[in-house]
Amino acid sequence: MAEFRLPPNSRMTKGRHFPAPDGATDIRRFVVYRYDPDSGENPRMDTYDVDMANCGPMVLDVLIKIKNEIDPTLTFRRSCREGICGSCAMNIDGGNTLACTVTAERGKGKTKIYPLPHMPVVKDLVPDLTNFYAQYASIKPWLQTRTPPPDRERLQSKEDQERIDDPAACILCACCSAGCPSYWWNSDRFLGPAALLAAYRWLVDSRDEATGERLDDLEDPFRLYRCHTIMNCTQTCPKGLNPAQAIAETKKMLIERRH
Amino acid sequence: MSLRTPLGKVLGSGSAKDGTGHWWAQRVTAVALIGLGAWFLLSLSPSTALDHDAVLRWIGQPWNSVLLLLLGLTLSYHSSLGLQVVIEDYVHGPLTKVVSLILNKFFHAAVAMAAVFAVLNIGFGAG
Repeated sequence: MAEFRLPPNSRMTKGRHFPAPDGATDIRRFVVYRYDPDSGENPRMDTYDVDMANCGPMVLDVLIKIKNEIDPTLTFRRSCREGICGSCAMNIDGGNTLACTVTAERGKGKTKIYPLPHMPVVKDLVPDLTNFYAQYASIKPWLQTRTPPPDRERLQSKEDQERIDDPAACILCACCSAGCPSYWWNSDRFLGPAALLAAYRWLVDSRDEATGERLDDLEDPFRLYRCHTIMNCTQTCPKGLNPAQAIAETKKMLIERRH
Repeated sequence: MSLRTPLGKVLGSGSAKDGTGHWWAQRVTAVALIGLGAWFLLSLSPSTALDHDAVLRWIGQPWNSVLLLLLGLTLSYHSSLGLQVVIEDYVHGPLTKVVSLILNKFFHAAVAMAAVFAVLNIGFGAG
């Protein structure tokens, strides 16, 4: 049966407004998604007017300032604050990105901040990434060999290393998968761009000896072929990586071993 | 509520070891349709298309018959492959999904056979 009503706790409500302190000189407005499942209340959009004369330049600096000085109940993940841990991935002004690498001085004086789309929300800007991490684990992201281990390091040519430089730079922030419509509709069976990029990183690793088994595991109408080359993944990747190309190369490898 | 582990859910029933043939067939038919579609649009002039007897004569010419048969079959096959993807994307009820997939096959088989019958009927002079 078709569902005509939104699921519980989907309807947004009006939130609170935190005005800038007196004497603020450079005010910018941040509208932030707030949801606390324990409260039983619907999600709301809270508005914070922040004095940028007294704040760091990035969106993450603003969020930290809000939590420290304005509203300690705001919940979000953050760690490295320099774009390498992937913790502060969220939807800022409609695009999935890292709050720590995006300037707060963008748009027309107002910035809207939501959690990553189409993921269950634990609280405020914190999504539940359990399924995302399980999908990463499912592609066996480690070196697999049959040749007995050598007495020294496994050698690689410079060209071989260059093939994995890009895909290995993925920080698993989940911006790409959370931005993929195919992943929204079928995240229970489609692996999503992040896990497929990781799979590709091992497919083209010259030291790995499980390429065939890896391709066998990916060759599935849902796991791999739910990708319809929408390319939101590549557009949104805050590290400038290209999951769409990695998926296309994987499909080419599957064709090449048949013909 | 399920107490199955997240990894257990993701691994599910394993890989179907299938999908490459479907993906490749969709690309090959797409390439074929570029050529067949261009031929169809360019070769059937508007003046011919508006005259019933002229259209019958045009269809009855051997080369046109063969290319029209190819166009009808390729288009139905490509359309059935594409609609299958749409159904798998959006229809999630176990019963509605199976029924939709079967109806998709039936519909496109019927369209393909109707196209074949129509062209042959005209080509062999019965029309």
